[in-house]
Amino acid sequence: MNSIKGLNRSTVLQYAVLIFLALIALGPIIVMFLTSFKTQVDIMSSESMWVFQPTFDNYTHVFENKFDLFLRNSIIVSLASTLLSLLVAGMAAYALSRLEFPGRSPIAYFTLIIRMVPPAVLAIPIFILWLNWELFLFDLIDATPFLYEMENPDPYLFAESLVDGRIGLTLFYTALNLPFAIWLLIGFLRQIPTEIEEAAIVDGCSQWQVFTRIIFPLMRPGLAVAAIFTFRISWNEFLLALVLTDRNTRTLPVGITLFLTEQGVQWGRIMAMGTLIVIPPLVLTFVAARQIIAGMTAGAVKG
Amino acid sequence: MSSSFKIRQIRIAYLFLLPAIIVFTLGLVVPLINTFELSFNRLSMGSRWSDRDYVGLDNYERMIEDDHVRSSVGVTLRFAAIVLVAELVIGMGLALLLEKPIKGAAVFRTIFILPLMVSPVAVGLIWRYLLDGRIGLINHYLGQIGIPAQTWLGDPNLAFFSIVITDIWQWTPFIFIILLAGLQALPAEVLEASRIDGANWWQMTFLIKVPMLRSILLVTVLMRLIDVFRALEVIFIMTFGGPGRSTQVMSLHIYKTAFTSQTLGYASTIAVVLMFIMLVLSLFLLLFSNPLKERADF
Repeated sequence: MNSIKGLNRSTVLQYAVLIFLALIALGPIIVMFLTSFKTQVDIMSSESMWVFQPTFDNYTHVFENKFDLFLRNSIIVSLASTLLSLLVAGMAAYALSRLEFPGRSPIAYFTLIIRMVPPAVLAIPIFILWLNWELFLFDLIDATPFLYEMENPDPYLFAESLVDGRIGLTLFYTALNLPFAIWLLIGFLRQIPTEIEEAAIVDGCSQWQVFTRIIFPLMRPGLAVAAIFTFRISWNEFLLALVLTDRNTRTLPVGITLFLTEQGVQWGRIMAMGTLIVIPPLVLTFVAARQIIAGMTAGAVKG
Repeated sequence: MSSSFKIRQIRIAYLFLLPAIIVFTLGLVVPLINTFELSFNRLSMGSRWSDRDYVGLDNYERMIEDDHVRSSVGVTLRFAAIVLVAELVIGMGLALLLEKPIKGAAVFRTIFILPLMVSPVAVGLIWRYLLDGRIGLINHYLGQIGIPAQTWLGDPNLAFFSIVITDIWQWTPFIFIILLAGLQALPAEVLEASRIDGANWWQMTFLIKVPMLRSILLVTVLMRLIDVFRALEVIFIMTFGGPGRSTQVMSLHIYKTAFTSQTLGYASTIAVVLMFIMLVLSLFLLLFSNPLKERADF
C-alpha cells in the first residue's frame, strides 16, 4: 500500500518534471511561431504578449521578398548534397568494411579525424578558391580569341554559371557530411551478414552488382539516418552559404538575416521566415525521432 | 594468378573509394592546404591567389602578441568550461531523475531533440528576440517579479551570460539523451547485486552508476568541446562577438579577421592554430571512443 503510493508520487513527479522541461524546450519555438502572426505594434507592446489579433502580413511580406528563390536554392543544395553524400558514403563504407586493400586503415582514420574541421576555417580558402576559379575562367576566355569574340552564347555568362555558389555549397556540404555518413554506414554494414554477398559472388555477380543490388538496399535503415543528419546540416548551414552565395544563389538561413537591417530588426518577418525554415527539420523530428536519437547516441554509447 | 586477382581486388576497392577521395580532396584537403600555405602570406580581400605576398613567420609572430587572439581563446575556454559543467550537471541530473522507463517517454524525447534540429540561425534570432532589452519576453517576465529590465545583449557580462543560457537550452537535451541511453544500457546484474548488498540511492548513483558511465561522460565532453570550438552561428547572430570582445569566440574571431578586417592571410594563421586544437581534441576522442576498434584489423 505504502509502496504503491510512493510509486505513484514518484511517477507524478517524473511527469511534472518532464512537462516542465518540454515547456522550456518548446517555449522559444512557440514564441517564434506566435510572434510570426503579430503586427509590429503588437510586438512592441507588452499587453499583447499571448492574446492578439493574428495577421498574415509577415508571411505575405516574406513571400513577396524572394522567399521562393531562397527556398529553391536551399532545396537544390540540401537535396543534391544529401543524395551525393549517401551514394558516395555508401560506396566508401562498402569498400572500407567489406574489401581488403592496402591503405584501408589510414583512410578510415583520416575520415574520422577530418570531420572536426570548423566551418570558419574552411570559409577562408573556400572564398578564395571560388573567387579565383571565376578569375581563372575569365582569364581563359580573355586569352582565347574565338571565345573572347563570341557573343551568342555568351562565354562569360557560361563561366558565371560554373562558379554558381550552389555548386560549391553542394561540394563542401557533401565533404563535411561524408565522414559521419561513412562512419554510420560502416556500423550498419557490420550488422549485415556477409553470406548473401558471398553467395552472389559465387553466382557470378560483380562487386558493383553486389553493391547496387544487395548492399545498398540492405543499408536502407542506415541510409535513412544518414540522410536525416546530412539534410539537417545542409538545410541549416549558414556560414559557408554566407561566404559563397550572392543575391541569386542565397539559401534560406542567409536570406533570413536580410531582415536584420541597419534601420532596425523586422521581428515579425524574421519570425515568419524562421517558422518556415524550421518546418522541415521539425517534421523530420516528429517522423523519425527514433532514428535521430540512434544517430546521436551512436558515437558515445555502444549498443 | 593469385597476385593478379589481388591487384584486381585492390583496384575495385579504390574504385569504390574514388568518389569519396575526390570529394574529400576538393572539398577539404585542398582548402586546408591552402589555409596552411596562406598562413605564411599576406593576402587582402578580393586579390588573386597569385598576388599573395610571402611574409615568412610574420603572421605567427604577430599572433603571439595579439591581445585579440588571446582574448578570443580565453572567451572560448571560459564559455566551454561553463556550458560543459552546466550541461553535464543538468543533463546528468535529469537522466538520473527520468531513468525509470515511463509511458510516453518517446513523445518527451522527441520534444527534447527539437532545439537540436532547429537551424542555429533561427536559434540565435529567437533568443536575440527573447532577450531584447525593450520588447523581449525575458525582461517582461522579470519585470513582473520586480527585477528591473536589463540590456542583456548590450552589457559584456550579461551578453556572455546570454550566449551561455542559449547554449544550455540548445545542447542540454543532447547530453541528457546520451546519458539516458547510457544509464539504460548499464548491466542490470550489477545494479541488482548492489541493491541486494543494501546500497542506498546515493551510493547507487555516485559509487556505481556515475563511475560506470565514465567513458560515455568523457566522450560526450569531448564531442561537445569540439562543437564549442567549431560553432559560431548562434553567437554570430546574437551578438556578433560584442559588446567589445566579450562574446568573441575563436572561430568568430577568425571569421571577422578574414571578412571584416579583410586580412585573409592573418586569419589563416589563427585558423591553423584552431585546426591544431581540433586535431588534438579529435585524437583524444579517438583514443577513448574509436568506432573502428571493434574490428581488430583496422
